[in-house]
Amino acid sequence: MTDDTSRPARPDVLIIGGGWAGSIMAKELTEAGLNVTMLERGHDHSTAVEGTYPASIDELRGVARKRLFQKLSRTSLTIRNRPDQTALPYRQLAAFLPGEGVGGAGLHWSGCHFRATEDDLRLRSVTAERYGENFIPEDMHLQDYGVSYEELEPFFDKAEKVFGTSGEASSVRGQKTGKGNIFAPDRSDHFPLPPMADTFSASVFRAATTDTGYHPFSMPAANASQPYTNPYGCQMGPCNFCGYCSGYACYLYSKASPNVNILPALRRDRRFTLITEAQVLEIMLDDTRKKATGVRYVDLKTRSEKTLEADLVILSAFQLHNVHLMLVSGIGTPYNPVTRTGTIGRNFTYQTITSSRIWLPEDRFTNQFVGAGGAGVAIDDFNQPSFDRGKAGFIGGSPIWVNQSGLKPIAAAQSSGGKEAPRWGSTYKSAMIDQYRHSFAIDAHGSNMAYRDVYLDLDPTWTNAYGQPMLRMTFTWKDNDIRMNQHVVSHIGEIAQAMGATRTSLNSLQPGQSFDSRVYQTTHLNGGVIMGENPKTSALNRYLQSWDVPNLFVIGSSAFPQGMGYNPTGLVAALAYWSAHHIRRTYLRNPGPMVSA
Amino acid sequence: MSAPLSRRGFMGGAASLSSIPLLSHAAQAEPDSRPQKTPDASDPAQYRPTFFNQEEYLFLCHACERIFPQDENGPGAQALGVPRFIDRQMNTPYGFGDLWYMKPPFQEGPPELGYQLPYSPRDLYRGAITPINTHCLMVHDALFAVLPPEQQDAVLRDMESNRLRFNDIPGATFFEQLRTNTLEGAFSDPAYGGNHGMEGWKMMGFPGARADFMDWINQDGAPYPFGPIGMPPRPDPYSPAFQNDEES
Repeated sequence: MTDDTSRPARPDVLIIGGGWAGSIMAKELTEAGLNVTMLERGHDHSTAVEGTYPASIDELRGVARKRLFQKLSRTSLTIRNRPDQTALPYRQLAAFLPGEGVGGAGLHWSGCHFRATEDDLRLRSVTAERYGENFIPEDMHLQDYGVSYEELEPFFDKAEKVFGTSGEASSVRGQKTGKGNIFAPDRSDHFPLPPMADTFSASVFRAATTDTGYHPFSMPAANASQPYTNPYGCQMGPCNFCGYCSGYACYLYSKASPNVNILPALRRDRRFTLITEAQVLEIMLDDTRKKATGVRYVDLKTRSEKTLEADLVILSAFQLHNVHLMLVSGIGTPYNPVTRTGTIGRNFTYQTITSSRIWLPEDRFTNQFVGAGGAGVAIDDFNQPSFDRGKAGFIGGSPIWVNQSGLKPIAAAQSSGGKEAPRWGSTYKSAMIDQYRHSFAIDAHGSNMAYRDVYLDLDPTWTNAYGQPMLRMTFTWKDNDIRMNQHVVSHIGEIAQAMGATRTSLNSLQPGQSFDSRVYQTTHLNGGVIMGENPKTSALNRYLQSWDVPNLFVIGSSAFPQGMGYNPTGLVAALAYWSAHHIRRTYLRNPGPMVSA
Repeated sequence: MSAPLSRRGFMGGAASLSSIPLLSHAAQAEPDSRPQKTPDASDPAQYRPTFFNQEEYLFLCHACERIFPQDENGPGAQALGVPRFIDRQMNTPYGFGDLWYMKPPFQEGPPELGYQLPYSPRDLYRGAITPINTHCLMVHDALFAVLPPEQQDAVLRDMESNRLRFNDIPGATFFEQLRTNTLEGAFSDPAYGGNHGMEGWKMMGFPGARADFMDWINQDGAPYPFGPIGMPPRPDPYSPAFQNDEES
């Protein structure tokens, strides 16, 4: 790696954002012989500093005081549920937690590492084929990605090998293993590591779902079940279920992160330059508005504005920031929900996640502090292709899982009580302690469809620290997704009974319920700069290349046309490798649009 | 588990507030000739607040205690040092609101859209506690701290359900701030000033900074057998103990 002062005057490639997507693109493009400069708005992060035990496992400093998350004091966004409301600033991090600094959200993620299903990638087509076009609500922007599972398979495989993913294959090159997720599509290879062990809670769920006729499988986890060296020569140590994945830097080099799995290799490469504390304000265009010339950014170390030029620009910040930077740079046409024209900000989606809870008898201790972010047991019976949505009357689906990731006491205490139960006082205290010792959570982690009046644009009032308008989110829960969630959660009751639950608290989305920005749900935000087959309804072609500015590629979950039931990182990584492959094979030889509009 | 403290005993957090009623027995006693035990500097009752004034700190001691009371499960907020924790937190970037987006304009909206006041945690405590005491004086003719527990709970319930408002601070907003900080103080590492003696963690059965459960991934529902450990304090490398490798 060269530092900021010795870098080449003009890199070949500028990469905006140092998370998973940016690090994968930087690795691929330096391998292609290009000089790559990556700009990251936050500080550098490493296991040696942010991951040092025991400071790394301090719950107050970590999740409660947002050590690795986006610094809202500089920039946030505004949120409203409906277009007729005034959106108000997201002043305190709660519902979702974007990252900041090298590694991005990939440093503080859990490690749930799924592929997409075949259906996820062509959801409009399969829905119309199975249930007819009329089954798709008029206001739902259901779309295909423009890339198939078969095309992405080598890149899912590559990502798993880079991440050191632990899991259990069901079908490898047509051979059934008798294990794993029987609904998962075929794979070219096994997972690089065997599955993570079941926590006690996960083993109870596995037994009960087997007894009730479901098909449990070990969740694919980018938490190392064994020591591992990835194709880049980066090493991982075995996970000890310490419980500090989500929200923390792993002190054991066990959870995959850009910092552990890619950057050590990049830092050795003279073609790679990392500039931290560089807040990109704009992707600059030439007079034709069809070519990116570079970026304008604030050097936060010197508080001065700078520009950098390059032939190729990769926008790979967090989903929200990809959309924001497209809008403030004037690339493409902003989405208009009235005329349904324009693409930037269109198909913004989230994830329907509700957590139910079961209690076991008092002589059974669930030791909820034990855990690993990606480990657990799931069933895909309500997420798989042949689950009959026609009968159920909705589009989408949801895995159900017990993903005991390590529950710390501040979080456990804050979330106890509520509904009818007291949230403070002696009764609360007793119930909270009982809940911590003897219960565990079962999640319905489901899809979220795109709708006409759910979108992102620029806020007319509030600005960030650099004087730019902030992003405005218009989002709430919709009928289709609420009914999907309720249907799936309704099946948790029977599973709870089979687990010998002494008490069950089922939680589902309720009709008319508004999205509540005050309550943590998940950081799985999608869309706004989506990929697709038609420039009228997508911002990017199937190679994640901008239809409007062909030397700009926008990588991340911002490319997803809708939110799937699984966690997004596995698909983000596969799409990055897919895009990089085609940049290397096709674009670099003949720069220009890879798909004619 | 520690022996239950008397109500009087756990009011010890207010021991220094000589102008305030309901002092602990020890603080009211005249100095006598018996040899004094050296006060334990880590005892939450010995703490002198630096942000809160005496009246505010007295409120804090009593309000936190009602939210997280001493009971058969173990110590309450005062014995755990929660008021001390909150006082110390007020002098961190968090206390000053530096973790929040605080640009104007400030405008109220539906609750789902989140916190919209121009106030940092410091501002919220400073802005709410005096009006709460004024409310208690007007309705009950006494400061919050000297009300019987049932009346204190009633005031807190009126805050939680937003029936009270303190100038432009909705009762529920302040209540959530207080509840959040109380629980943080009960369960964060003792180095932050709360969770005194790791008693909060012991109550929960949380093993603190052990962070290694290789052999406890699945023990078929058996309780985890080891008690908590805290963050090891950073050793001074020039201290004789460090030099002689005598650390335990």
